Amino acid sequence: MTTDASRRQFLKTSGLAAGSLVVSFFIPAANRLARAEAAATAAFAPNAFLRIAADGGIRILLAHSEMGQGIWTALPMLIAEELDADWSRISVEHAPAAADYHAVGMPMQFTGGSMSTWTEFERYRKAGATARALLVQAAAQKFGVKPAACRTENGRVIAGDKSAAYGELVDAAAKLKPPKDVPLKDAKLWKLIGQPTKRLDTREKIDGSAKFGMDVQFDGLLTAVVARAPVFGATVKSFDDSAARQVAGVRDVKQVPSGVAVIADHFWAAKLGRDALRVEWDLGAFAGRNSDDIAAEFRKLATGEGPVASKAGDAATALAAAAKKIEADYSLPYLAHAPMEPLNCSVKIEADSCEIWTGTQFQTLDQASAARVTGLKPEQVKIHTMFLGGGFGRRATPTSDFVVEAVEVAKAAGKPVKTVWTREDDIRGGYYRPAFVHNAIIGLDAQGRLAAWQHRIVGQSILGGSPFQMMIKDGIDTTSVEGVADSPYIKDLPHHRVDLHSPALPVPVLWLRSVGHSHTGFVMESLIDELAHATGKDPLEFRRGLLAEHKRHLGVLNLAAEKSGWGTPPAQGRARGIAVHESFGSYAAQVAEISLQNGAIRVHKVTCAIDCGIAVNPAGIAAQMESGVVFGLSAALFGQINFKDGRVQESNYHDYRVLRMNQMPQIEVHIVPSTDKPGGIGEVGVPPVAAALGNALFALTGQRQRQLPLRVTA
Amino acid sequence: MVSLTINGKTQQFDVPDDMPLLWLIRDFAHLTGTKFGCGMAQCGACTVHLDGSPLRACVTPVSAVAGKSITTIEGLSADASHPVQQAWAELDVVQCGYCQSGQIMSAVALLKAKPDPSDADIDAAMSGNICRCGTYQRVRAAVHRAAELSKA
Amino acid sequence: MNRPLRNAFGLASLLALAACGSSGPPAPPKEAAIAAFATVQQVFQHPRCQNCHIPGDAPLQFDNGLPHEMGVARGPTGHGAQGLPCSTCHGEKNAPASYGPHAPPGAPHWALPPPEHKMVTIGLSAPALCEMIKNKSENGGRDFAALLKHVSEDKLVLWGWEPGGNRVAVPVPHADFVAKFKLWSDAGGPCPAT
Repeated sequence: MTTDASRRQFLKTSGLAAGSLVVSFFIPAANRLARAEAAATAAFAPNAFLRIAADGGIRILLAHSEMGQGIWTALPMLIAEELDADWSRISVEHAPAAADYHAVGMPMQFTGGSMSTWTEFERYRKAGATARALLVQAAAQKFGVKPAACRTENGRVIAGDKSAAYGELVDAAAKLKPPKDVPLKDAKLWKLIGQPTKRLDTREKIDGSAKFGMDVQFDGLLTAVVARAPVFGATVKSFDDSAARQVAGVRDVKQVPSGVAVIADHFWAAKLGRDALRVEWDLGAFAGRNSDDIAAEFRKLATGEGPVASKAGDAATALAAAAKKIEADYSLPYLAHAPMEPLNCSVKIEADSCEIWTGTQFQTLDQASAARVTGLKPEQVKIHTMFLGGGFGRRATPTSDFVVEAVEVAKAAGKPVKTVWTREDDIRGGYYRPAFVHNAIIGLDAQGRLAAWQHRIVGQSILGGSPFQMMIKDGIDTTSVEGVADSPYIKDLPHHRVDLHSPALPVPVLWLRSVGHSHTGFVMESLIDELAHATGKDPLEFRRGLLAEHKRHLGVLNLAAEKSGWGTPPAQGRARGIAVHESFGSYAAQVAEISLQNGAIRVHKVTCAIDCGIAVNPAGIAAQMESGVVFGLSAALFGQINFKDGRVQESNYHDYRVLRMNQMPQIEVHIVPSTDKPGGIGEVGVPPVAAALGNALFALTGQRQRQLPLRVTA
Repeated sequence: MVSLTINGKTQQFDVPDDMPLLWLIRDFAHLTGTKFGCGMAQCGACTVHLDGSPLRACVTPVSAVAGKSITTIEGLSADASHPVQQAWAELDVVQCGYCQSGQIMSAVALLKAKPDPSDADIDAAMSGNICRCGTYQRVRAAVHRAAELSKA
Repeated sequence: MNRPLRNAFGLASLLALAACGSSGPPAPPKEAAIAAFATVQQVFQHPRCQNCHIPGDAPLQFDNGLPHEMGVARGPTGHGAQGLPCSTCHGEKNAPASYGPHAPPGAPHWALPPPEHKMVTIGLSAPALCEMIKNKSENGGRDFAALLKHVSEDKLVLWGWEPGGNRVAVPVPHADFVAKFKLWSDAGGPCPAT
């Protein structure tokens, strides 16, 4: 096949050609061509997740978005396991936005909540098993034997001395009716699940050919940069675009609901055009707000009762009777996700269709939102999910903010437009992890045992005002209290009460990797450490006592302690801290070993133990733990978004700092062998880190840091 | 008009003199492997080579490199066979992948200047490249591995 | 007239004046030279200069002299770590204003002093700074003439007066500084007692 022919085939099969209008990528990537060819010749499509071509190529359609977490590899492993596929013949692509790809048991297609692997554990294996059953049936007919006489191995059906490659069987298999139900392999027979397996998306990510949303280019695609409100809630009063229109390459300037869009031939012209734009804003009430007064408001709210998230007995009376009480206020700032790929979204609107190219975690909502803006039906909105240059939750906005805006821009422009955010737009654009204040009062009895726990949490609700508002029950947004309201330390106490205040502010807030656990993990595991020291116990022993009935907590705690050398003295000038936290159906414990260098925390090593049930891809799990630890360290050491006169003070990586190579500790990951059902992975490594670090800092200096980022006082 | 050699190919580009090289590479040469991450030399995602030396394309005006020779990730090898790319694949370094073109270009520059770098050398040369997925530990190991592969 | 040009004119006229009187001016009184050194110190210990004239190998950045992000190192020649030369981010001149106030500044041969003679100015008392400047083992083997040339003409030094972005420029006019430096060096570089 000539290059041109394969390119046309690629365009046709990947749906980029609409009618006679050929939309072409400037740089057709070799791997995409290969995939397209596999699809072009696909003869066998037993279900929505799998295509097998006559040449034996197997293409797997991902219902979820690859954003680094390794789903591009873990889900194909599930199919390949049951299919007994030749792993080297697997290729992967993001599925279109369609009902077939809705998350299991949910009315939408999305990626989040560390759910992809465990929710798909059965569906993707069944997809492979169904295909295998059909291929076996086709082979049995061909060989003239009973299906039971056939076995499958490495992409072939074998019966006695007869053997056929899957590719040879696809035409016959395609004519067969899929069985209603197929048995799945016994875990003992797994060849792939549980094996450390390398990523399938490496090649295109090391040669520059991987296509992220930012990399979408086609003839006629313009680029827009949007001037957005400098203060949340501000609106455009008026604007003067005369200078902007003078910039070479600027094609148009249009007001859109989120601001004023400068539309140009390329990014730099759009950016210069925006610089030249003069916008008068009606700043609104938030222009008077500062981080300090927001924190003061939160602290004041924490002194009173609110909706109850968890309650048993009578915490107030039990606290009054306690032999000893510990009270602590903790505070955590707003955080930006700051994924490496700034937000972007390309949109092409036709009379009866809208095509969107973007890295998104929320296809179904994006589709519905785009339909609303364009007046089209959702099924007329076609979403091409590109690789995500990091998500961490930012690309899963219930409002579809960056998609809606891009559709508005393309609609206003009347031309295909890619709307691109700068890093400054990203850092200042909101959708932050909400700031939180916690107040805890914990009572101990005369023997130093926990007797009562009162805990108040104050922070904006992520679900409130979103399409998921209905998930708020009795005033409780569980994403604000998870990790506290369901904490084993608290739930085990006969007297406890957890209250939540959800003040409304115009700051857009959103889930950030590990969601509520991103603050509750720090607060709970710091508090437990405080209690251990207050009762004169070793932090590990104290936790072991409290978690005696929580075997999986205990398992990771003991493993991390053992592997980190807990109990043996660290090197001179160093100290260790430990923390354990359950989230997303998995359990993680971490030991951080630190010292002080030039008055700042230097993290030398983080030892991580993880119990996520069945470990589908141990290599991916190790990578995600490393990733979660680094993400948590960035938040613990640096992360904060501050407001002055309503304006975000940080703007780029120089003042919204994240961990760099020279601050990188050694990270050691130990996976607890398990046959429990799989749990989450992508977020689970984050929650314990900050606490392990803060607890190590206390062990080293005697300073208890009750806020993030951690500060070392002289 | 600016004349520039990118990956061995000399081309004329009709762009303003003070446009960052990054946007010439991406929007005019249509080589999208070089990434936009911060626009102010903070993250290293835009790293290319100027006559073999690393350069942050996002803060380099086109006028500063006119007539010179630039190498991007696409020009590193035809088939991902550069020892650094091989090491990256062997050690399963990438996650989301967005920063990795820049990481690889920085690693190549490091190994050119220091064929057998220590951990401290790697820290010094690679700390300008941010990875939000936190692949640093594997990047470090892969640089060592690439040093070995280069010797072989 | 832009500032470098104005500076250059100022410098030229000062040098001309000095030349006119070269037939045998009395050596400047020691007190005047020591007083002039105060200006020299002010410049040498301004963030624009001292951020790179550091002990150790980690340069500073910004007006408040924070450790340079990214663990930037002096490297074997002062031009940064092997594999991450200063020129990776710092070009031959300041980035265009359109790149924003935080783009890395630039000037020719952006570098720190080499490790053999670090010319440390940061944190030194006036007498110690004065001795360091004159000490050829620390100043790169420069005599007074070479030192004067360095502070008068070196493009990287001159950048301190045109730092771009939101960076604070050296507050003493360059010509004044050079004149004071010359006054001090012509007197043999006397050092203050405290």
